[in-house]
Amino acid sequence: MSSTEGYTGDFPPGGGPDGGEAEASRAPHRVIGTPPPAEQRTLLGTSESDAPPAPPRELPADPDDLAGASRAEKIVAALFILAMLAGFGFIAAYIGLPLGASLDSVLRSNLALGISMGVAFMAMGVGAVIWVRRLMPDVELTEARKPLASPPEDREAFAETFREGAETSQFVKRPILRRSLIAATVPLLLAPLVLLRDLGPLPGTKLRHTVWRKGLRLVISDTGRPIRPADFGSPGGMITVIPEGYQTNDNALVKATAIIIKFEPGELKYPTNLKWTVDNIVAYSKICTHVGCPVALYEQTTHHILCPCHQSTFDATKGATVLFGPANRPLPQLPMGVDSEGYLVALSDFKVPVGPSFWERG
Amino acid sequence: MSWIIARRRRPVAGYAVVLLGLIAVGVVYAAFTTQGSPASASSPAASSRETAVGRQLFVQNCSSCHGLLAQGTNTGPSLIGVGAAAVDFQVSTGRMPLKEIEAQAQRKPPVLNTAQTHAIAAYISSLGGGPAIPGASQVSTQGADTGLGQQLFTSNCAQCHNFVGAGGALTQGKYAPALTASTPTQIYEAMLTGPEAMPVFNDTTITPSEKRDMIAYVTETRSAPNPGGFSLGRVGPVTEGLVGWIGGIGALVLSALWITAKRRVHE
Repeated sequence: MSSTEGYTGDFPPGGGPDGGEAEASRAPHRVIGTPPPAEQRTLLGTSESDAPPAPPRELPADPDDLAGASRAEKIVAALFILAMLAGFGFIAAYIGLPLGASLDSVLRSNLALGISMGVAFMAMGVGAVIWVRRLMPDVELTEARKPLASPPEDREAFAETFREGAETSQFVKRPILRRSLIAATVPLLLAPLVLLRDLGPLPGTKLRHTVWRKGLRLVISDTGRPIRPADFGSPGGMITVIPEGYQTNDNALVKATAIIIKFEPGELKYPTNLKWTVDNIVAYSKICTHVGCPVALYEQTTHHILCPCHQSTFDATKGATVLFGPANRPLPQLPMGVDSEGYLVALSDFKVPVGPSFWERG
Repeated sequence: MSWIIARRRRPVAGYAVVLLGLIAVGVVYAAFTTQGSPASASSPAASSRETAVGRQLFVQNCSSCHGLLAQGTNTGPSLIGVGAAAVDFQVSTGRMPLKEIEAQAQRKPPVLNTAQTHAIAAYISSLGGGPAIPGASQVSTQGADTGLGQQLFTSNCAQCHNFVGAGGALTQGKYAPALTASTPTQIYEAMLTGPEAMPVFNDTTITPSEKRDMIAYVTETRSAPNPGGFSLGRVGPVTEGLVGWIGGIGALVLSALWITAKRRVHE
């Protein structure tokens, strides 16, 4: 038994600042919220009596500033009462502010519940800290740790019990029982490995293709209207376009969405593929080549396309080459022409994979 | 300096530093959320007299940068062919006349009144066409499809102006302004003319009816309630993170300082 445990019996009941002689002589008076008298404790067993009595612990004296202490006591008590009132306020708010159909009632209820509960916890916490700082003694205690290992006799007893168990259960004597039990656990150990299969199947060539194909019209996203080059005739114009017929197919749009931009004659330069432009209109993928955010911050004065996520900047006049930022490749340009009715159409799919890099892209 | 050095180890120094940080954040935030006052506009009836008045006003207020014939100079672009809508947008939002050359003209209380603005617009329009100032019926949100407006706004505007029109930063000091003070006419004109870095959304790409839907979305969003509590400018994770880190963690640091501070020993 280590000496540090001996303190369990040393605190006299009712030994607070105002515990007097008279109280000690009477029958022990149990204060609500305090531990029971030491004699009744049996949790630690009876062997304690064998241990040498611990040296009596010297409790620090009462705070010198008695007036300050009683002032602190009043503050703490006031905070605890405030916490109690706020707690009742929480109950009242829960009952009194029912959630109606309107958002406003939700807002009011949330606000009342949150504030009352916050005040309750905050007042209790602040009170506890003031109590600790102003009333409790500020002393440092050192408590030595017990050795972690069990005593040798306990360890021997455990080994003996284990041997007895192995023998009486006949685990050693009956190999067929033992082996079948081990066999029963094998599939359970293998199962997690099999679950790894759900990481597949590999995407194959899906990442390299979008739904764009020869003759598919470019339509304005959300309205689905096809575009004639003359309709999109204001230089500095930009609009989000999607493949016709895929307006509600999010799986397709997540890769196929594009932007078209109208330029003044002569503004588009190499490496923009001018054969894929119509009337100084160029189409680029809207999916950033960094991590796939929608790039559509287009500054018509500088012709920069910016990604809102990580500020990758592309030069729209030069084939959307990267000017700045973490993106590593230009935005793919969509081969674009016009069909017999004069609407903008794709000439083929994107010639390079759209969106962020992936491992097998090369 | 020595005043600070002498006092930096005092117990209050920690609180003072955190408090100063909080004040600095508040000041910076307030600087970013100031708004100009809304301006109004209605459709003009161009007449030769109005054009003459407009030319007079143009020479007085605009010609030092844009040239006496609106042909443009080193400091200001040519205004021939920009149209009445562009003039009305720039002048009614107070961006023009420009106070000083900077990365981007800022919204401020308009210098010229509506009639003067329309007169200049008529003069510029007489030089070479361009989009006209939209009429009241063109910008009315009566019966507009706010849902479609939201979709179009999200696809084409939200990247710069934020999903509720709270604005956002661009490159080199430029920014997409908040749409909180813009009138329906100004929003329409901005789409039509593409002021500064903004792309053009002409009437054949986004039809007048779709523009009304978008205007309805932008203006209706302003009065939407904030059921989650404070809107924090509705710019999303930036202010929320700022308040969380500076306000929340600042408060936690202050509490930790208070809880663990050594009690003063009175000898």
